[in-house]
Amino acid sequence: MPELEPIVGRYLRISVQGIPYRVYFEEAGSGIPLVCLHTAGSDGRQYRHLLTDPEITRSYRVLAFDLPWHGKSNPPAGFQDQEYRLTTQLYTDTIIAFCRAMELTKPVVMGGSMGGRIVLELALRHGDELGAVIGLEGADYQQPWYDTAWLHRPDVHGGEVCAALNSGNMAPHSPDESRWETLWGYMQSGPGIFKGDLYFYRVDSDFRDRVARIDTSRCPVYLLTGEYDFSCTPEDTLRTGKKIAGSKVTIMERLGHFPMSENPAQFRKYILPVLDEIAGRKRN
Amino acid sequence: MLEKLSELVNGSPPVVSRGRLVTTEIQVMVGRDEYCIKIEEGRIAGVEKGPFLMRPCSLTVRASAEAWGKFWQPYPPPGYQDIFAMTKRGEAEVSGDFRLLMQNLRYFKEVLEAPRKLAKEGRHA
Repeated sequence: MPELEPIVGRYLRISVQGIPYRVYFEEAGSGIPLVCLHTAGSDGRQYRHLLTDPEITRSYRVLAFDLPWHGKSNPPAGFQDQEYRLTTQLYTDTIIAFCRAMELTKPVVMGGSMGGRIVLELALRHGDELGAVIGLEGADYQQPWYDTAWLHRPDVHGGEVCAALNSGNMAPHSPDESRWETLWGYMQSGPGIFKGDLYFYRVDSDFRDRVARIDTSRCPVYLLTGEYDFSCTPEDTLRTGKKIAGSKVTIMERLGHFPMSENPAQFRKYILPVLDEIAGRKRN
Repeated sequence: MLEKLSELVNGSPPVVSRGRLVTTEIQVMVGRDEYCIKIEEGRIAGVEKGPFLMRPCSLTVRASAEAWGKFWQPYPPPGYQDIFAMTKRGEAEVSGDFRLLMQNLRYFKEVLEAPRKLAKEGRHA
């Protein structure tokens, strides 16, 4: 018997801002749609442990898609002469296009890092369409700690430097196998893609002036951040949570910037209660 | 801890291999103590303790003895597990040839983190 995982991968045709894309996604489970957003410069494989966790997939239909230009979602025709640059508008439009094309009803959207940032914008602008948002390592703003110009230039290997920059942004307790699998995603991203994602993260998404307007009675907001995250620090998340009335913040021990992939067993302890609470709310 | 660097790095063939294009001298400041680390094709060719006068080096990494002490623990506390975590919080400073650093970032991070192995093995310099 082949040892098959329950994950199924497919391609979806969508159009975003008038440009056609062929988007790869993986899914497993049934119930409340849970759309998972990968971090900058990586892809949906980061969520494989959630996709294979029966505790989650028995009440959630978990979907993880690769943003265009990432993983198995190709860049659009003509990419060879374009500089990839993610903006708040493009990121929002892409996620909403995916959810609508898949005909998902009130999906819960969970994102890590830049995905943890964009869910704040989604809660504000599209809260009525969503069941809840979960920001992993998310905040309304954070201080940069390196110059992104180093990520894409001919004299520095992009994959190697992207991985080496992220290597210490995980908890030292996280298992080696999972840490290196997380870094493999960074080693594989296309030239300039991490840098292009960070345009959104660094330049185009200072949400400090708007998160207080999020209405958590329309769209509940959960923020979970690892104590070892020095990129989006626990202080950044706590400050953001204070501004969003009704939001729930958890600081996770022994986790860093990539909780879902750097230590799936440890992350599970924190995410299961959140998912149970959201599912309970939906049932009542 | 840095005195053992030759043994720690040279005893790890994958680390030496990752630094095969690195031949340089770097300076590590532990508080006021100055160390000059000579690297030849990824191997640590020597570690000398200063003070030195105007000795040229390609990179300088500087932190207090307390900060390095936390950094070299097998399981460092949050904010001390990575050299850039320390620079972000103002506990460390990196200066010099950033092109050399970024071209070989994994190698240089592994060299700086090598003393953690001593603590893991219960051997302190």
